[in-house]
This record gives sequence, C-alpha cells and structure tokens, in this order.
Amino acid sequence: MKQRKSSIFLSYLFLTIALIVIIFPIYYAFTMSTFNEKEAYSFPPKFIPSIHAFDNYATAWNTVNMGRLIFNSSFISITVAFAKIFLSMLAAFAFTYFGNFRGKYFFFVIILITHMLPLPIRIVPTYELMRTFGWVNSYRALTIPFFASATGTLLFRQLFMTVPPSLSDAARIDGAGPMRFLFNVLIPLSKTNVGALFLIEFTYMWNEYLWPMIVTNTNDMRVVQIGIKMLLASEAQAAEWNIIMAGAIIAMIPPLIMLLLFQRTVMEGFSLKEEK
Amino acid sequence: MHSRFPNKILPYLLLLPSVVVVIVFLIVPTIQSLYLSFFRVSPFGDRLIFVGWYNFSKLFTSSDYINSLVITLIFAVFVVLIGLTLGMLLSVLLNQKLKGLQVYRTLFIWTYAISPAIAGTIWALMFSPSSGPITFLLKAIFGANVNWMMDGKVALVAVIIAASWKMLGYNIIFFLSGLQTIPQELMEASAIDGASSVRRFFKITFPLLSPTTFFLLIMNMLYAFFQVFGLIDIMTKGGPGDATQVLVYKLYRDGFINLDTGFASAQSIVLFVFVAILTVLQFRFAEQKVFYG
Repeated sequence: MKQRKSSIFLSYLFLTIALIVIIFPIYYAFTMSTFNEKEAYSFPPKFIPSIHAFDNYATAWNTVNMGRLIFNSSFISITVAFAKIFLSMLAAFAFTYFGNFRGKYFFFVIILITHMLPLPIRIVPTYELMRTFGWVNSYRALTIPFFASATGTLLFRQLFMTVPPSLSDAARIDGAGPMRFLFNVLIPLSKTNVGALFLIEFTYMWNEYLWPMIVTNTNDMRVVQIGIKMLLASEAQAAEWNIIMAGAIIAMIPPLIMLLLFQRTVMEGFSLKEEK
Repeated sequence: MHSRFPNKILPYLLLLPSVVVVIVFLIVPTIQSLYLSFFRVSPFGDRLIFVGWYNFSKLFTSSDYINSLVITLIFAVFVVLIGLTLGMLLSVLLNQKLKGLQVYRTLFIWTYAISPAIAGTIWALMFSPSSGPITFLLKAIFGANVNWMMDGKVALVAVIIAASWKMLGYNIIFFLSGLQTIPQELMEASAIDGASSVRRFFKITFPLLSPTTFFLLIMNMLYAFFQVFGLIDIMTKGGPGDATQVLVYKLYRDGFINLDTGFASAQSIVLFVFVAILTVLQFRFAEQKVFYG
C-alpha cells in the first residue's frame, strides 16, 4: 500500500512521542536504581543514571532474601503453567475425540465456569479450605488451586477440532491407542499454542499478589511481588526509592525474558484463535 | 466430524483432574461464600448466627460501601476508556508496514510483563512528593503543589494512570493480533478507491475489529475490578481516607483485617453478580459473531 510521505512522518512522530511517554517511567525507575541516597532525593530530579547500581541491587537482594523469593516465584509460575497446559490438553482431547459421551456438555460448562469465578469472589472460603487441608504457607496452596484453565481448554479444543480427521483415522488403523495419538500427534502439533499459553500463565502467576499475600506467612515462602511490598514497608518513614526500584527492576526481568522469547508465538497463537 | 476413539471410560479419566480442581477450589468455595453471606460470626468467633438478608441490607445502606462502588465504577470506566482508545490508536499505527516498527511493537507491549504491583511501585515514584518527575513537572509548569498522598482526587487520577499504563501492553497485543486477521486486500481496494486513512479506519478497521474490542472491553473490566488489588495495595492502600478504596480492596479489608466474614461474603456475591452479567454478555456476543460467519 502506498502512503504519502507526510502520513508516514506523522506516524513515526506520534509513535515516537507515545513511546517516550510510555517507556519513561521504566527508564526513570532504572535510573533511580543507580542513585545513591543524596541523588535519589535531589529536587529537581536527576534523569541521568549514576554509578551506585551495584550497591542498591545488593542491598535490595539481601534485605528481602531475593534469591529465595525468585526461586519461589519461578517454581510456582512454571509449575502452574505446565499443569494448566497439561490438564487443559487432556480435557480438550476428551471433548474432541470421544463423540458425545454422557455428561459431556455438563463437564464443559463446569470447566468454562472457571471464567466466572475470579479469586476475590471466593477468597474467604478458599482460605478456610487451605486451613482445613493444612496447606497454609505451602507450595500446594500457591499452585494446586490454580490448575484448571478454561482458556487453555477452549484454545486446545479449537485447535484439535481443526486437525484433519485423516490423522486420527490413520492412527487407529495403525492400532495406536488414543493416548499415543495425543502424545505423538496432537501435542507436537500444538507447539504454538503451548508457547502462547505458557507465556500467559507464567506471567499471570509471576504477577499474582493477593493470594500469596494471604496464604503465606513466613519470609521463606514469600514471592517476588510481596518482596517489593516488604521493601516499601521496611522504609515506612521515607521511602528509599533507589533500593525499592532496584528490587522492582529485578522483579520485572523474568516475565520480560518470557515475553521476548514468546512474543511471536503469542501473536500467532491469538490471531489463530480470533479467526475461528 | 472427527473420527472417534471407541472408549467409554477414558474421556472421564481425562476430564477428572480439571473437574476435581474446579469443583474443590472454585465451585464449592463460591457456594460457601453464598452460604456465609447469610450469617454473622459470633463475637467469640466460634459459631455462625443466621442473619437472613442483614449483610446485604447493610451493604446498600452503608455509605462506605456505596462510596467504594462509585469509586470502582469511575476507576473502571476511565481505565477501560483510556486503555481501549489508546490501545486501538497505537495498534493501528503500529500495524503499518514501516521500517523499524518491529522494535516499537516490542517496546509498546512491555507493560504486559509488568505486574500491577510493580506498576504501582513505579507510578508511586513518578508521583512521589519528594522525587517524582510528575510532581516536579506540575510545579515547574503550573506552580501547582499536588500531593497525591493528601489529596483523594489526585490519588484516584494517579491509580487510574498507573492501571491504564499497565494494561496498555495487553491491549496492544490483542489489537495487533486482531488487526492481522483483517484482509489486506480490503484495505488496498479502498485505498485505490481514494478513501482517506481516517475514513478507512471508521469504515473498515473499526467494524472488523469489533470482536477484539469487545473481548478487550470485558477483559479490561475484569482487570479493573479484580486484578488491580496489588496496584492499590502498593500505591494507596485505599487512601487517602477512602478515596481509592475499590471494591476488591474493601472486600479484602473486611474479610481479612476486620474479620467480618459474613459482610465480606455478601460483597463477594455482589461481585459475582457483576461477573455473571459480563459473562452472559460475552456469550451473547460470541453467538452473534458466529452468526456473522
């Protein structure tokens, strides 16, 4: 499509201004994380990075035991992402390859209902349930209640329905059972969707705040997001912004890496979904 | 239709893990929420006293709750409007085949990977009375001395900006993938017909993008109602006063700090009604979409 030069110029101009406005807070957060205390409180604020990054990152890391928090956040995010993908694949397989078994529609609604029940709606009883199970302050409480995925089930169901029937016919003629068909044919075909879903679920769990705050109560079970809250709270009087921002930058990195790795995949995964 | 695997038991086994998780951790607790909303915990916390609709009548006569409801609606409307308008505008510009835009796209969706809590932390710094660039800018240009930690209106504006900023990355991801499904030939044909780019946007892009827009409308509403907890907790804790006490924050306060379980459960049920309405709308619209083909 041909475009006039002026409209191209305006596009770049507008996008560049918007980009500067949107990225500036992140840039300033990073700059702040390189200041010493005096620079952090200078008014007017400084906008050029200084040389104290190492001290601030080390302080933030040690104040809240960041290594442990990162381990916890990574562990629960990866576990939940894989569990959701696997469980929703199994469910989607059941919905697409076994005809109209009894109760199919009922189970479909049960899984879809996940969409309608965000955590705040059931938070008090879910917490009580954790107490009953003796799961408070454990990895089980941080992972297992999140294992069901309506999004995943819908996504894989749509994908499986587009797989040519000749493939499953061939599998049956070869005498391959349903599970072998799932693992050897369907799962390899789902790579794009698995990538997209992994990014979404990993990011979702990494960024989760309310539930870990309620259900954990010792420092060794806390997650990165709560670590930031602890950094803020430990400086109740005057916020040590340089230290806090060092913590915030650390907390931003893992999901950013995931986004960069899966960016392509996620766009493809969703445009696929929109088409059908 | 797919050829089937003739197996009577396997489909149930495949569904079992998901269904167990949904029933145990989602459906049963929701029913308990409903049940608890008709009770009050006794002063010693050892038994439940049936109180009928008391918790609900308390909700709608409580000026605190009405205030929280109004704030949530203002907050949600602005977050959704800003997020969708800016998101769509930027995505349409980013969708052009121009040099270097791939780098722009990556940077624009960055905020998707930032949590509400971190977004809150960063914007708390931006508005900070001691070292915030925004405070400085307002002072330098207007001579205004704004302190969002004292002024409720400023605090609400601050959390709206922070929340919309965080959601922009998500909106752009979905708008961009929605735009990719619009046939390029359609755009080219109308360009040859001499339609201006603004006209093309309103005649072609906007209507064809409407399923994505609607999906994002729902997701942004849910975000504004539920996911912003961390952002509010970090930035304002609902304050100053009750100026930014959105429903989900009030629910947390009543349920886990004031330990008023029945009252908190009634609030849960009101939120559930709200989500149910959104879900019904979503399914209605999804059916229409199928009808379009």
